Amino acid sequence: MIRNITIGQYYVADSVIHRLDPRVKVTGTLLYIVSLFLFHNFWGYVVAVGCFFAVMVLSKVPFSYIVRGLKPIFFMLVFTAVLNLFWTPGTVFFRFGAIQLTWEGLRKSVFMAFRLIFLVLGSSLMTLTTTPNQLTDALEKLLRPLRHLHVPVHEIAMMMSIALRFIPILVEETDRIMKAQMARGADFESGSVLQRLRNMLPILVPLFVSAIRRANDLALAMDARCYHGGDGRTKMHPLRYQGRDFAAYFICIAYCVLLYSAVTYLPML
Amino acid sequence: MSILLRNVNYTYGKGSSEEKQALKNINLEIHKNEFTAIVGHTGSGKSTLIQLLNGLEKADSGEILFHGKNIYDKDFSMKMLRSKVGLVFQYPEHQLFEATVVKDVAFGPNNMEWEPLKAELSTFGALKDVGIGEELFDVSPLALSGGQKRRVAIAGVLAVEPEILVLDEPMAGLDPAGRKEIFDLLKKLHSERKITIIMVSHSMEDVAEYASRVIVMNQGEVVLDGEPRKVFRYEKELKQIGLGVPQATSLMHCLAAQGAGVKEDCLTVQESVSEILKWLKRV
Repeated sequence: MIRNITIGQYYVADSVIHRLDPRVKVTGTLLYIVSLFLFHNFWGYVVAVGCFFAVMVLSKVPFSYIVRGLKPIFFMLVFTAVLNLFWTPGTVFFRFGAIQLTWEGLRKSVFMAFRLIFLVLGSSLMTLTTTPNQLTDALEKLLRPLRHLHVPVHEIAMMMSIALRFIPILVEETDRIMKAQMARGADFESGSVLQRLRNMLPILVPLFVSAIRRANDLALAMDARCYHGGDGRTKMHPLRYQGRDFAAYFICIAYCVLLYSAVTYLPML
Repeated sequence: MSILLRNVNYTYGKGSSEEKQALKNINLEIHKNEFTAIVGHTGSGKSTLIQLLNGLEKADSGEILFHGKNIYDKDFSMKMLRSKVGLVFQYPEHQLFEATVVKDVAFGPNNMEWEPLKAELSTFGALKDVGIGEELFDVSPLALSGGQKRRVAIAGVLAVEPEILVLDEPMAGLDPAGRKEIFDLLKKLHSERKITIIMVSHSMEDVAEYASRVIVMNQGEVVLDGEPRKVFRYEKELKQIGLGVPQATSLMHCLAAQGAGVKEDCLTVQESVSEILKWLKRV
């Protein structure tokens, strides 16, 4: 029923991209996303798209899998495309009553859609090849300098990994509570919006009670094992850069150089 | 006959990488006023099976008949089925949500769209059945003890007046006193109220003492089905699938294997004691 919700959709495979240090993947993805917004040139897109597909092939994640990530932003995509298409002033090439299309609008909406699509595809590729735990590890390490600004980096990372850990448990719990209330004749599918919201109460109250109970238990268990925050804490799987990670950083720089030269030296299209 | 399952199959996570056939070709008949225990290793399909009985999960193929009517027919009322087949999940007290005990128990009857008087009567009737006294009626269910909470939760299911009560490990996590309370309750419901009881259990001692029929499941299939006395003869087979027999039965099997002339199918300590005494007098 509720089980088909996927959060943190890691795709299990053995590939170079999967084995990369998560810090490289986070940095690389950020770089890629920023780069998408820095040019308005056809050749730039050729480089960006080509690079994406190269990494995708290396990662062994099927394209159909990555494309699923686009589903939630589909409406936003259509909305921005339409908005850009109709409301950009410029040379008109089509007119029908009040509606007019311009070349500039067409170009802008295609480029904007392209950016959004590859923004999502690029970050999906990262989350598909990196487990949520690796991701939090990487963030903790990358954000470490912020400690000097009194940002509780370790605590934030710990909270993130605990939250991620509890998602499947709470999903299962919700499923069970829902079924139990349905066994007592509860109906979650019919009625007005207000009625349906009210009907959620028999699920939400037990869910919160159990979440708080679990949080209490977990805190106690952590205490019992002498958890005292991040200072001086070692890791079971410490992140260490290897040859391939440096190679990957180098490829990222190469990508930037290639993109820059493609945008600057090739004829504007 | 009250429930009949015919060639029922159920597969988990269809189309995903974790696809698993939880139930394979199940054929079962649950008779009126039976006290059935379902035993099986974790993941043997017990929980799925009991969720099929009141339509919470739907079988992929096969049919389930309730009083001779197919529950998957379009005009079959699931609401009726869920009131007739009451399902008590594991740790049912985790589903309590109302501000007071009475309100929580009344949740089911109110969902049934009965007349207010009937709903009220069945609510208080259920509370009386499970032995919750008036002094606890307006207390928050979260303030009760473990055993009390569980009895209130069971009352919440009883209040919709089921003919069949299905319970998933009703004793899990209770202390001996709490266990006894629940068992006495089940026994009373079974003998006085003539409610058919189906119970998932891990304790062979409990099964031997209370159930009139045992269904043994392994990897989605029913492997043994019959009276406890007959089923527990197959100690070796049960051990192979990670289960066991009551200790008293096991002892008798041992003695017999050593050449003692005792009857092997004793279920309780009491029975074993008198059987051993009888044998000792003979030798």
